[in-house]
Amino acid sequence: MTINPELTINFSSTHRLQWEEAQQKDVILYPEGMVELNQSSAEILKLCDGSRTLDQLVTDLEAKFATSGLKNDISSFLEDALKNGWIQQP
Amino acid sequence: MAGSNNLNITPPRWLLAELTYKCPLQCPYCSNPLDYSKHSSEISTEDWKRVLSQARKMGAVQLGFSGGEPLTRQDLPELVQHARQLGYYSNLITSGYGLTEEKIIQLKDAGLDHIQVSIQASSKELNDHIAGTESYETKKQVAHLVKKHGYPMVLCVVIHRENIHQMTQILEMAEELGADYLELANTQYYGWAHENRDLLMPTKEQFEEAEIIAQAYKEKVAGKMKIYYVIPDFHEDRPKACMNGWGTTFLTIAPDGAALPCHSARELPGLDCPNVTEHSVEEIWNESKAFNFFRGTDWMKEPCRSCDEKEKDFGGCRCQAYILTGDMNNTDPVCSKSPDHHVIDEALDSARQSALSDDEQPLVFRNSKNSKKYS
Repeated sequence: MTINPELTINFSSTHRLQWEEAQQKDVILYPEGMVELNQSSAEILKLCDGSRTLDQLVTDLEAKFATSGLKNDISSFLEDALKNGWIQQP
Repeated sequence: MAGSNNLNITPPRWLLAELTYKCPLQCPYCSNPLDYSKHSSEISTEDWKRVLSQARKMGAVQLGFSGGEPLTRQDLPELVQHARQLGYYSNLITSGYGLTEEKIIQLKDAGLDHIQVSIQASSKELNDHIAGTESYETKKQVAHLVKKHGYPMVLCVVIHRENIHQMTQILEMAEELGADYLELANTQYYGWAHENRDLLMPTKEQFEEAEIIAQAYKEKVAGKMKIYYVIPDFHEDRPKACMNGWGTTFLTIAPDGAALPCHSARELPGLDCPNVTEHSVEEIWNESKAFNFFRGTDWMKEPCRSCDEKEKDFGGCRCQAYILTGDMNNTDPVCSKSPDHHVIDEALDSARQSALSDDEQPLVFRNSKNSKKYS
């Protein structure tokens, strides 16, 4: 299971991404479970809204954080996210 | 004997709302207390809404609507809607009995996130026997409807000696029904299951064979269906880290408003479990005797007290220590370091004898008539 660079990426319809005030963290919620996210993981997942491919996501994040060379980190995180069922491709 | 007050108390994350003890099913391993019939009062809709709000404010985020059968509460959609507004992730834990398509849509509109459906076996005869109620076809129909309406679905099958031989068929059934998750929950021997233990406990060989089948299937359906395998702790050397530690994560509210550190804690003597009709959730969680009783490690006796694994398993399960050794302060006898560990071997032997015997006793089914005998 790998990310197809031609297709857009969207967050899973059977998971929920949510800011938790009590924990001061973004979390992923799913049946009877929760994953706490660090800030960079949360920023990546928030852009998985079905409008961007992997390259577009990298470009937008690099612009947002005024940096470059993020592609490897982002794509390896997204591969894991895909395996975990947090994101999907059409 | 209450734990010290200077502990760093973490907020609840998981709220289990047992809305009612009423249930159309009679499963002989039910986690409700044996004497549930004497706790028949139910708190009001307003009480539940207040509890949900208070626990959410403290940081609870996973919410289980359970029972009994939670669908018997007419205010369920109203409670689901309130939970959604507060930002909970809501799980409906149901037998599926009485869940119509109309209700599935209504609950979705109210904001329900997930439905967990229980099935007792992979064949109609055995399912209906264990459930004590004809329900197999309804359950399968409900599972299809849950998926049709876009919910993630957990299929939960409690595993015991009567159905463990169906492991392969259970896995195939879960895949065919489109379950996103299959929970294979080996019976935990509390309450009703403890009463029926000789009849429900599989042999070690049966456990091992079933686990190999389940593990192999896990790889086959990777990426499609997740399989959670709840271990049978009687065959382990170390106890489970029960409830992730007492009063650290889980809060159960029983139908009558009793607040419990775990859903079996009602069986423990002298805890004086507080009630949400008299105290706020915050008071209960932070200050009550019951929730502080086994917090931290000060309460521990030997061999836990000097054990280097005490922060890992917290001495195991307090209810299991009580049921099997008569003292809830003891080390969980599952632990091979426990001086009472022989009771586990005796239980396994006794179940094996029963499995080999020709004249099996009947199961004690969970219903009001039987519950009154324990009240």
